[in-house]
Amino acid sequence: MRIAIASGKGGTGKTTVAIHLYQYLSKLLDDQIQLIDCDVEEPNDLLFIPDAVNIYENTVFTMVPEIDTAQCTFCKKCSDWCEFNAITLVKNLEFAEINKDLCHSCGACSLACEFGAIREYKNPIGTISGYKTTFGTGITEGRLRIGSSMQTSLIRELKKQTASNTVLQILDAPPGTSCPVVETVSGAAYVILVTEPTPFGLYDLKLTVDLLNNLKIPFGVIVNKAGLGNNAVYAYLAANNIELIGEIPFSKEYAESYSKGALLNNVPEELENIYLKTAERLLEVTGIKK
Amino acid sequence: MKTIITSTGNNLQSVFDPRFGRAGWFCVYDRESNSTNFIENSFKNVNGGAGTKTSEMAAELGANQVISGDFGPKARTMLEKFKIQMVILEDEGLSVQDIIDRINKN
Repeated sequence: MRIAIASGKGGTGKTTVAIHLYQYLSKLLDDQIQLIDCDVEEPNDLLFIPDAVNIYENTVFTMVPEIDTAQCTFCKKCSDWCEFNAITLVKNLEFAEINKDLCHSCGACSLACEFGAIREYKNPIGTISGYKTTFGTGITEGRLRIGSSMQTSLIRELKKQTASNTVLQILDAPPGTSCPVVETVSGAAYVILVTEPTPFGLYDLKLTVDLLNNLKIPFGVIVNKAGLGNNAVYAYLAANNIELIGEIPFSKEYAESYSKGALLNNVPEELENIYLKTAERLLEVTGIKK
Repeated sequence: MKTIITSTGNNLQSVFDPRFGRAGWFCVYDRESNSTNFIENSFKNVNGGAGTKTSEMAAELGANQVISGDFGPKARTMLEKFKIQMVILEDEGLSVQDIIDRINKN
């Protein structure tokens, strides 16, 4: 079973919640849990678990086209078909080039070309790495190559490579509501939306709620940095009958530990109780047996 | 020698557009014939690849030089490949005509 952690707004605390739930659910579920960092543009989960040990690293490739100028007639059909403006053709200079960072590997140009001028080669888009941790079954991380725009493909491959693991999986999603987030949450049994009680947090929360309602995936909300901002988020949750799974109070010391990567050391008792309660509630709503 | 000046509108009184890939219009100025031609930038609102595609447009128009406020990394790479000179002009609210006058004064 997969549970995704998403947010809409960035910086609300997805990573914080993900690593704590990984830790506390490990206790409740006798280590039968895996953490998957799907925030491939900035995978941060491992920063907070410095004793994690790397087990493997696989490079992920997509097929990217290139143009053989000897065959190309510069008819521009491929470039017209390209939704991503990745193809540049200048007939008078006999110049034909495909920008591999703009290309989404959709294959349309290969189909469009009637002159056999396009062939495909393997282009690395990122890596998938496995780490062993002292609790749980470990962390799998996707890491996008800098400059690549293939987040969604990398996340899809990350989910594929971890699909055979039967333990509960926590997926730490990227921020936002676009394709990489849709890819991360699709197939999840439940989504935890982490928000903050600010107008920005609420605005983006609403967008994400719309997305999940569209995808018909059940979800609940954790309010992080509680005590900041205003009460509008609680009014919204009540008015829309959305489950509040937990509330994490704002604390400056906590933010300082975060910045040092030391979140999981010396968790204050108050916070530990909140996370344990949140983890228990999560097991209840998802029907997972301890 | 053909120079492209990025412009916010379609005539000589239009204000200079400091953006290249996202410029509203291109003024193609031909020094030999002292003529201008305004072309709308159809890539100004694309999601990605505006710099690449406008550079392609500049090459197809046979430009030797482009005057704009700045050039993004993709545009720079492309324009270098096409051996089109990039000229960066500070945005002082000049009109396209002002810039052409400056070119001719030099």
